[in-house]
Amino acid sequence: MQISFTLNGRPTVVDVEPATLVADLLREQLNLTGTHIGCDTSQCGACVVHLNGLPVKSCTLLAPALDGATLLTIEGLQGAPGSNRMHPMQEAFREHHGLQCGFCTPGMLMTAVALATEKPDLTEADVRHGLEGNICRCTGYQNIVVSVMAGAAAMNAAKGE
Amino acid sequence: MKPFAYHQPAQIPEAAKLLTSIEDSKLVAGGMTLIPTLKQRLASPVALVDLSKLGGLKGITDDGATITIGAMTPHAVVAASKLVQTKIPGLAALASMIGDPAVRSRGTIGGSVANNDPAADYPAGVLGLGATIVTSTREIAADKFFLGLFETALEPGEIITAIRFPVPLRAGYAKFKAPASRYALVGVFVAKFVDGVRVAVTGVGPGVFRVPPMEAALSENFDPSAIAAIKIDTDGLTSDIHAEADYRAHLVTVMAKRAVDAALS
Repeated sequence: MQISFTLNGRPTVVDVEPATLVADLLREQLNLTGTHIGCDTSQCGACVVHLNGLPVKSCTLLAPALDGATLLTIEGLQGAPGSNRMHPMQEAFREHHGLQCGFCTPGMLMTAVALATEKPDLTEADVRHGLEGNICRCTGYQNIVVSVMAGAAAMNAAKGE
Repeated sequence: MKPFAYHQPAQIPEAAKLLTSIEDSKLVAGGMTLIPTLKQRLASPVALVDLSKLGGLKGITDDGATITIGAMTPHAVVAASKLVQTKIPGLAALASMIGDPAVRSRGTIGGSVANNDPAADYPAGVLGLGATIVTSTREIAADKFFLGLFETALEPGEIITAIRFPVPLRAGYAKFKAPASRYALVGVFVAKFVDGVRVAVTGVGPGVFRVPPMEAALSENFDPSAIAAIKIDTDGLTSDIHAEADYRAHLVTVMAKRAVDAALS
């Protein structure tokens, strides 16, 4: 079946089997390999993308759900347009060592950006509750939580400018 | 995943017709249970009937003494709804504890109730509040809806359109989560109405169930101390790698007390 959607700001049309998972469509057909597949059982969150602005697990999403929708992947995350800078949440992860091996990071970032967008005044408890669906096997989460708090503050500051 | 045909009907009668006319077809709402099931090849339907294009199945309405939640309303919307937070805060709290943010973006109340997973959260809220399941053909009381392990009173081709919740005086939910899946190892929903208290338990046995001795005690005295000494029988309770039956039984009392605390706060 043919589906049309907006992918990272660009109109996109693809032909897919209905049984195609969005994570596979992105990685295999569209060559966007920033979205990672960790567990493939909807538990680890490495594959989180934004569907119409909401965080979803792309390994547990059928391609037909994209029809008419807006999809944002880690490749579409960026700082101020034209600035050639990273997104404030990415900057915060670098600054505060919010990653070690980096495998879970795309999903962490997408979940973190969604959390900070939904609730600008995030508390540490909000962040820990909000990251329940994202598993990291390196960091012990401490620096990820610190990064998300800092990234959310930076997103707020950028909004105020 | 094995290949399947994909239908996106615009009307409920069309969806019902597809379901009954195509043998081995399945409904998909948010897909949070169905898609993992297809991936593991525990099911391989020849066709999926997607409910997302049907009109009128999303949203929450205030009917005064009841609140009606459309079947395709995602958990995140229920959790964030000012209406639900004001009228039945215990239900909004329950929705906010399901899975994780990504699951709450996609998973729907209708899907959760129709699936009747023995460790799902919503069945406890629906049974605890004595809600009514509104379908394409009739209305079913929660007490007659949940029939055990993944079984419900739904007939082939029957589609849940909404759940109607009576507004209680107070209600609360407490859950002991399985740490990886965040399903309820034990979840207890407590609701106080003018004519009595209802207590519903999920995660503990083959399906959601009520606890009459706790309901009687809490109807007399709506306080955690009233049920501190009430233990449920371990007969027929689940034992698995996460918890033995006697531990689950113990947690029912603990979570019921916490649910009452939550309802009182």
